[in-house]
Amino acid sequence: MINKLKSKDLLGTKDLSPEEILLILDTAESMKEISSRDIKKVPALRGKTIINLFYESSTRTRTSFEIAGKRLSADVVNISVSTSSVVKGETLKDTAKNLEAMNPDAVVIRHSSSGAPDFISKLLRCSVINAGDGAHEHPTQALLDLFTIREKKKEFKGLKVSIIGDIAHSRVARSNIYAMNKMGMNVTVSGPSTLIPVDIEKMGVKVFTDVKKAIEGADVIMMLRIQLERQEKGLFPSIREYSRLFGLNAEKLKNAKEDVIIMHPGPINRGVEISADVADGKYSLILDQVTNGVAVRMAVLHLLTGGV
Amino acid sequence: MNTRVMNADEINRAITRIAHEVLEKNRGAHDIIIVGIRTRGVFIADRLAVKIKEIEGEAIPVGIIDITLYRDDIKASPSKHIVKKTEIPFSISDKKVILVDDVLYTGRSIRAAIDGLIDFGRPANIQLAVLIDRGHRELPIRADFVGKNIPTSHDESIKVMLKEEDGVDRVIVEKGDDK
Repeated sequence: MINKLKSKDLLGTKDLSPEEILLILDTAESMKEISSRDIKKVPALRGKTIINLFYESSTRTRTSFEIAGKRLSADVVNISVSTSSVVKGETLKDTAKNLEAMNPDAVVIRHSSSGAPDFISKLLRCSVINAGDGAHEHPTQALLDLFTIREKKKEFKGLKVSIIGDIAHSRVARSNIYAMNKMGMNVTVSGPSTLIPVDIEKMGVKVFTDVKKAIEGADVIMMLRIQLERQEKGLFPSIREYSRLFGLNAEKLKNAKEDVIIMHPGPINRGVEISADVADGKYSLILDQVTNGVAVRMAVLHLLTGGV
Repeated sequence: MNTRVMNADEINRAITRIAHEVLEKNRGAHDIIIVGIRTRGVFIADRLAVKIKEIEGEAIPVGIIDITLYRDDIKASPSKHIVKKTEIPFSISDKKVILVDDVLYTGRSIRAAIDGLIDFGRPANIQLAVLIDRGHRELPIRADFVGKNIPTSHDESIKVMLKEEDGVDRVIVEKGDDK
């Protein structure tokens, strides 16, 4: 059994081996207990500095990384780009080099451009963790999704997962597809054909344009946020139509398996891709995902910056 | 060259004696809880709890502590790096905690375990039970209950093997550090 990750960085699930994924999930399982204590803190990363560098808005992920770092006793610094030198025109490269000059142990970056984390990881000696880059990857989200699935289903092999929604713009979908394939799950994607990339089958997934077929027999249904900010481009006729055809509601769920679990990376558009009663219903694990996110990020931070 | 210093019977007798000593010192099993340090301290803790139940008829809560996140020597032994679960699903506040490990050596693991325990509450006291005390302390820590004292040199290593993990009960001293 391996005891550390190969790379100094976590840029995507594409580069992780199945053993590395299991190491992160197993470590996260141990970390989860810490968040249930009265004193939710261990000294493992005392004296380590973690910088959250977020070029895109975020509630869950940024807070989750911050709490994860703090529960391990690291010092966490948040840089909100709107109040930083970026608005004065500083380039990503210069920002990264200047942060490095202050000797952090990890930089957690979210950026609207795919490849930004990869770019700075080559400039910096410290660990770089991708917290979402463009439509590329969001590895910690996929890892927390896997963690949540394993908690309920115990095993990955042979599970049928349906990812439904805007696949084309979704870094969550990409990271999940890579990771789920590695762990032996069967992934199906579904959504309006304008939001399904051509050649997606090459990633090893099946495509259903009929969402009912995607729901039937699925062990896991993962709904994606419909990105309303992209609606102007006319990728689908109307939100109402989208909701009617692809939104998950109690009616469509009648075709699902008895023990199906429903996930969503958040933030949810209630009544659009998921109806309120389903989001809050008994199959929904949306808030478990958030809880598990802290444990998974603690595991990643510890594996990358702990010890040495 | 390896020397066997304890066999299964001797280990069993040592744990039985420690159970009696714990009960004698604490005047019974009241308010006692046992916490084993991963990995092998856990099995000794379980056995100690069984012995105390046999003697006193009282079931003692047994917890598990993983000290990886509290260590000061991870750099020195990266192979012990994988974080395992801590399981203390009961309150330790105002309890007498018997902390259990297989070998007491530098005392650094015990320091880490004590720090970990304190994060769970304020016990009435913490007592230390070990199967083997091999000397060479680097911190002001001593055991309250010792199965066997084995004076060693630094280049020797003590290997405690327990049925639950290793399939056999045995303690051996290994010459030279071949780890």
